[in-house]
Amino acid sequence: MSFEDAEKAKGYWNENLKLVIKLLAIWAFVSFGCGVLLVDILNQFSFMGFKLGFWFAQQGSIYVFLILIFVYVKKSNTLDKKYGVDE
Amino acid sequence: MDVQTLTYLVVGVTFAMYIGIAIKTRAGSTKEFYVAGGGVPPILNGMATAADWMSAASFISLAGIVSFVGYDGSVYIMGWTGGYVLLALLMVPYLRKFGKFTVPDFIGDRYYSQSARTVAVICAIFISFTYIAGQMRGVGVVFSRFLEVEVDTGVYIGMCVVFFYAVLGGMKGITYTQVAQYCVMIFAFMVPAVFLSIMMTGHIFPQLGFGAELLDATGNSSGVYLMDKLDGLSTDLGFSMYTQGSKDMIDVLFITGALMFGTAGLPHVIVRFFTVPRVKDARSSAGWTLLFIAIMYTTIPALASFSRVNMIQSINGPESQGVPHAEAPMWIENWEKTGLIKWEDKNNDGRMFYSNTETNEMNVDRDIIVLATPEMANLPAWVIALMAAGGLAAALSTSAGLLLVISTSVSHDLLKKNLMPNISDKKELMYARMASGAGIIMAGYFGINPPGFVAAVVAIAFGLAASSLFPAITMGIFSRKMNKEGAIAGMLAGLSFTTAYIVYFKFVNPAANMSENWLFGVSPEGIGMLGMVINFVVAIIVCKMTTPIPQEVVDMVESIRFPKGAGEAHDH
Repeated sequence: MSFEDAEKAKGYWNENLKLVIKLLAIWAFVSFGCGVLLVDILNQFSFMGFKLGFWFAQQGSIYVFLILIFVYVKKSNTLDKKYGVDE
Repeated sequence: MDVQTLTYLVVGVTFAMYIGIAIKTRAGSTKEFYVAGGGVPPILNGMATAADWMSAASFISLAGIVSFVGYDGSVYIMGWTGGYVLLALLMVPYLRKFGKFTVPDFIGDRYYSQSARTVAVICAIFISFTYIAGQMRGVGVVFSRFLEVEVDTGVYIGMCVVFFYAVLGGMKGITYTQVAQYCVMIFAFMVPAVFLSIMMTGHIFPQLGFGAELLDATGNSSGVYLMDKLDGLSTDLGFSMYTQGSKDMIDVLFITGALMFGTAGLPHVIVRFFTVPRVKDARSSAGWTLLFIAIMYTTIPALASFSRVNMIQSINGPESQGVPHAEAPMWIENWEKTGLIKWEDKNNDGRMFYSNTETNEMNVDRDIIVLATPEMANLPAWVIALMAAGGLAAALSTSAGLLLVISTSVSHDLLKKNLMPNISDKKELMYARMASGAGIIMAGYFGINPPGFVAAVVAIAFGLAASSLFPAITMGIFSRKMNKEGAIAGMLAGLSFTTAYIVYFKFVNPAANMSENWLFGVSPEGIGMLGMVINFVVAIIVCKMTTPIPQEVVDMVESIRFPKGAGEAHDH
């Protein structure tokens, strides 16, 4: 066991879960939400020459996916350091 | 130099490079063969994984599909990129900490059961075989289009090259070869897309040109947005509106989901993240992979719309009167020779016309959209040569990655961990190479005698990955309670539901394959997502009714949840 005590291990895992859930909520919102379910509503708006919903489905969602992964990398590395379980 | 000679030259040089890299980096131990010794830097691993992921179908066909179906094509664009978020957040850091070689390794150990391992091995082998069958065909097609050899000869050449570097180099050789293949493929894809973007909209970045105003014949802005033009043309010609598509929303939702969760459950993708040194490298490597994929995947929809407008205008003319066939652009004439564009002058006016009604006189193959871009953009012959090399790089890199999963599954999961636990490292390596060889021969056979059901089978591959492996792996990490009874029951339930649904609509009763007959309006392509839900539900119910898991497995689950200690990777 690399944690000082069971309490710390639990804290680390809970913080990790919270981070993952938050990021996955954004993931689902931009793809299933903006790209599919809300597409007709968003298509009423114009964005950089696109209908917004269409843009999310074929461009925007990918940019958000990328940002999500790099945010996760940064935050989880910080979390590892905070609990002393980094390599 | 003519196109033909130039193509031979470019393809020859790239092949020599791949083989050279393979010889330099060949594998000496099982660890090097399976996971490249676990020492690949994350950015390079990202590049290699991107090349592994983007197949001949991505390179040659995807832009064409999006071009012809518009918004409906978004399922592939989002589905084949969004899966990487799941991989990065839910799977790869933990699997890297687990530190063994394969997906069945994890499932077998986590669920302390040979049967669970066997189910996972069968899924892994089946998924990889369905994929590789399409790849070798891609190699053959590229050879025949660009080098004018028989498709069969093309497949033989491709088999020899892959055999050489996958069998010799293992994961180590493959990884470094794939880095080179990524560079070739992305360059080949981007050059025509950028030039087409500049020609049509004046923007260097296709991602921006896609939303810009079209240029008129004199090079000035015409005041009409590309997307509006495309919607107008589509509706005028009797197609559904480009930005709206024609699929039901529920089906779009489920197909996107099945592709995302399927991506996150594909063994040949997951195993790539076992090759980096540390857990944090596995996380960032997933990010780099998606970045390298995104360069191509954000360009694909742009290219799709440029080519669509360009194609319609080249055929129908600016006034939609039809262009006289005698005045057709060179590329139409060139591709008519290959049979990929067909013109039938139904009203005998000597003019071509393209539409979705009875006035249509054209039959245009979707693959044209990418393969003909260099000609549409009036680019020199070396770009056409590059296109051939790019298509081959895409097909070869994916085949090699899949072959590795097949050989690993046989030598490691089936022989070493199941049938003959006492074989030496050297023997295991020999069996791995033999399995690779057998895999190539099978793949070559399917390349030469392509089964008509490849497209249908690919739907099964994603469905299976989503409905069997993805839930088993994530529950193994995120639940400390899930036991072997639950996991096995879940995998079998998800697997059999998904397979039965797809087999019924694709093979048993294809005539019934329409939305009125589908369960909740979900097509066979999207059913894997429902299969996944069934897997989770069945697993949880069965788990509640059966015995708790042993303490040492609980300890293992706790130990994979934090990074420290992954450096001491398990050699065995």
